[in-house]
Amino acid sequence: MKQTMLGYLKQESLIHNLTGATKLICLILCSLITMLTYDTRVLIGMLIFSVIVFRLSKIRFSDIAFVLYFILFFLLLNNITIFIFSPYEGVKIYGTRTELFQIAGPYTVTLEQLFYHLNITLKYLAVIPMALLFMVTTNPSEFAASLNKIGVSYRIAYAVAIALRYIPDVQRDYHDISFAQQARGIDMSKKEKLSKRIKNITAILMPLIFSSLQRIETISCAMELRAFGNHKKRTWYRERDFGIGDYIALVLVIFLFVVASVITLSNGGRFFNPFKSI
Amino acid sequence: MNQKVLSIRTIVAIGIGAAVFLILGRFAAIPTGVPNTEIQTAYAFLALMAVLYGPAAGIAIGFIGHTLKDLTAYGSPWFSWIIASAVVGLVIGLSSGKLRVNEGEFGKKEIIRFNIYQIVSNVIAWGIVAPTLDIFIYAEPANKVYLQGAVAGISNIITVGILGTVLLFTYAKTRTKKGSLDKE
Repeated sequence: MKQTMLGYLKQESLIHNLTGATKLICLILCSLITMLTYDTRVLIGMLIFSVIVFRLSKIRFSDIAFVLYFILFFLLLNNITIFIFSPYEGVKIYGTRTELFQIAGPYTVTLEQLFYHLNITLKYLAVIPMALLFMVTTNPSEFAASLNKIGVSYRIAYAVAIALRYIPDVQRDYHDISFAQQARGIDMSKKEKLSKRIKNITAILMPLIFSSLQRIETISCAMELRAFGNHKKRTWYRERDFGIGDYIALVLVIFLFVVASVITLSNGGRFFNPFKSI
Repeated sequence: MNQKVLSIRTIVAIGIGAAVFLILGRFAAIPTGVPNTEIQTAYAFLALMAVLYGPAAGIAIGFIGHTLKDLTAYGSPWFSWIIASAVVGLVIGLSSGKLRVNEGEFGKKEIIRFNIYQIVSNVIAWGIVAPTLDIFIYAEPANKVYLQGAVAGISNIITVGILGTVLLFTYAKTRTKKGSLDKE
């Protein structure tokens, strides 16, 4: 059970050198664009932009390939369920109906539906490289500092910092407990019946939860002793000042955001409709 | 005021809670055999934390835990379901003032009360919040997202109803009851 989690990968690149706050703002703006719009042109533009940014980061594709395959599989599944449940969603949205061929019964493939599926897939794909990049290029300690910088209360930012700091510890605890219980003959694999598995999982949950509650007590006592929360502000060891690169990145993304909004609004709706003119 | 809502203990509980939520979500989900539905033990844990540390902790653990889980698993957060998780934490957290689990009280009355809260929270989150946001943000077909929501909601109600109740019951047993000392 080796690392299957995305984490920070240290490297030297343009993207790594941006401050966490810049990357966070860029990620939020880019997610907003892709969440709001359904305009194919904007989505393709965003996808190209994020792939370019990804190239700049010098992150190797193999480092994130496992996540990508997982997402692609999930997207495929999602598209299939959408088609099964609503084969004419595209027809409803675009208002025209161009039948291509019939599969069976009520399921006829229409051009509109295919276009709708393309848009949904693009919508997810466009932001994935950016979000992945954010995870792999931002130092966890800097992440908390950047949250605080964009206006999140430092108490919440610190809670996030604690979460990031303790994920590996909790993961280790979980595996230790799980192996210990397996050594005692408690089976968690597919071979057991479902009801038995649920019962067996509590054998892991209980020790994990109680040790976590204990941990909460210890950490909060330590923080209390160091007078956490005594002042209105706090400083962060990992905080960095904005450089030229940060300003360029911010201006670029804000520009993209404005352009995308203008294009989307000019459609008179969230959807770009190529079928009207046909 | 901020001081009161977010005590140091609550902040730490949010941090550790989010970490445990992520790990349970990633490693301790049992597939049921029905595609796309899992028994999410993480929600039983979320319920326990919400009852112990209140609504503020519940909402934050749901939100931060689920966001981090999505980020580390798929690389991109799925906001409609993240917000639904936060709602679950919030509503179950509202019951914390009425349950005195810390004093070792978790009898029949408390079990019923806890389960009413958790059912309400899951119905709101997966029956209303998640599908509506799915339609609004991702413009997915209504019948698909409502069915997905219903399946997730029911499986979560059962998970929290059984596992969550067992967790709280066990936790309450470790606490000393008020007035449990006898004078000899």
